[in-house]
Amino acid sequence: MSKKQKTPKQPKPYKKKLIKRRKPNRSIWGDIFLYLFLALAAIIMAFPIVFAIENALKPLDELYRFPPKFFAQNPTLDNFADLFVSMGKSWVTFPRYIFNTVFVTALGTAGHLIIASMGAFVLAKYDFPGGKLFFKIVTTAMLFNGTVLGIPQYVIMNKLNLIDSYWALIIPAIGGTLGFFLMKQFMEGLPMALIEAAKIDGANEWMVFSKIVMPNVKPAWLTLIIFSVQALWNNGGTQFIYSEEKKMLAFALNQVAAGSIARTGQQAAVNVVLMIVPIAIFILSQSQILETMASSGLKD
Amino acid sequence: MKEYLQKYVALRKHNFKVGVKKAKQRKMCYLFLAPYAILFFTFTILPVLTSIYYSFTYYNIFEPARWAGLENYINLILEDDVFITGLKNTLMIAIITGPLGYIASFLFAWLINELPRWIRTIAVIIFYAPSIAGTCYVIFSQLFRGDAYGYVNSYLIEWGIIDAPILWLINPDYMLWICMLVILWMSLGSGFLSFVAGLQGVDQSQYEAGYMDGVKNRWQELWYITLPGMKPMLLFGAIMTITSSFGVSDVCKVLCGYPSTDYAARTIVTHIWDYGFDRFEMGYASAVATILFLMMILCNKAIQSLLRRVGT
Repeated sequence: MSKKQKTPKQPKPYKKKLIKRRKPNRSIWGDIFLYLFLALAAIIMAFPIVFAIENALKPLDELYRFPPKFFAQNPTLDNFADLFVSMGKSWVTFPRYIFNTVFVTALGTAGHLIIASMGAFVLAKYDFPGGKLFFKIVTTAMLFNGTVLGIPQYVIMNKLNLIDSYWALIIPAIGGTLGFFLMKQFMEGLPMALIEAAKIDGANEWMVFSKIVMPNVKPAWLTLIIFSVQALWNNGGTQFIYSEEKKMLAFALNQVAAGSIARTGQQAAVNVVLMIVPIAIFILSQSQILETMASSGLKD
Repeated sequence: MKEYLQKYVALRKHNFKVGVKKAKQRKMCYLFLAPYAILFFTFTILPVLTSIYYSFTYYNIFEPARWAGLENYINLILEDDVFITGLKNTLMIAIITGPLGYIASFLFAWLINELPRWIRTIAVIIFYAPSIAGTCYVIFSQLFRGDAYGYVNSYLIEWGIIDAPILWLINPDYMLWICMLVILWMSLGSGFLSFVAGLQGVDQSQYEAGYMDGVKNRWQELWYITLPGMKPMLLFGAIMTITSSFGVSDVCKVLCGYPSTDYAARTIVTHIWDYGFDRFEMGYASAVATILFLMMILCNKAIQSLLRRVGT
């Protein structure tokens, strides 16, 4: 007689929950109200951007139509095509402008990330004479409005022979204050025990910095990259650069857009083109930020 | 008295010796900081100090600066009516849009933080897009155009709310408000983004400890756990908000024209621009910038002492 063998209960395969468990101390009405509010705000915030994109898709006659309509009736990509035709006419080729901007943006951002993080790391995690004072000077200097700094900066660049070269844009970007301040604020939250543990295991300062500290503040430096790319990408570079072939994309595009009424359509297209790259970088890094929070389990 | 002085000197000497010893021990700190410090000194501190020096001189960019003492400052306060208008407008913009923008940045970052992942990414992009979009605010000049071709006017007329187009960007009654609207729209900027990143650094186990200790609702949790855990970010956001709300200029210039009707949309930074680059009175422009700098330092001090009270 075969005895029916009792099979042990199979463990359910692990499945990630689609939606995070609600926190226990949340009221349902509060959730509904707050998220309705958030949704409403999102619609208002998105509206002008959608409008800008819509405008770029409108043919010229619709841009000046009466009464005006928000949405394009016959959307076309003509404005973008016109823009590239206008760009093609300039004696400095379009790819050259793109190269200039990409080169300056990449080098400036990478340099700023490394050098500012190094400084921020020692300032946040070690107590040394002059450190606190230095940080105070940085935060105070951030408050000085940049408008009048153009002339002294020009004089300094001239003394250093940087005028009319890419370095005139790259080097000041590396020494920027925003990223430095951001990194320092983030690194402060890092537990000291982690650094000490690494040191006991025989890591030197550089290894602590590159292998322990930096991976743990990934959200911070991804944010820094966004700030830096955004600033450099929109920089026309006209202040310190004279040679046409060394000028930036933003300058070239705005030059096209500065044409009169016939260029209105292209102007709308310029707005969109200049927006696209920073937003793409932004989306990329945002998804990375969300990655990190899943993997870092490290806390004091 | 003499004895006191001697003691003071001895103490100072001792402190100095300790400091030097510490510095020797921490050589590597200076090594790490040096590259940044050199760049920061050359491209930020040196220009700032030079500008402050120019504010005490007559300097028209073409001739060497000539020492003028306090002349610029005296003219600025006693004789320059446009500066007073600009000061009023700047303060108004800063007082209204600064706190609102700061609170909104935090509120939205905090609400977004509890959303599921993919919605959160989209939400962050929507809220941050206005600041990333560079000069996209130009679009508002089409929305608020003064003639019937303007979108706002056209719709308001169609709905019968007004019967003649309003000169939104030319009439001094409306100008500043429209600018503030646009500034608020753009105010979820670097502060917002740093809050989004910072909220992920708040220790999850603290929330759990909070449930055990009887944190009843989201507002208590916010005040006792989230906000104290975010202090470094809050400070960062505050400084960013101060620099952006006192530094408003481009939005007003692009939307309301330069110069605007009756200087109704003039801000301090527009004034700096006017004197520095249109009239080439760099000394005077530097004096305006220095006054703005002092105002911002004061504001920063006040906000820092407020932030110290958070979570207590």
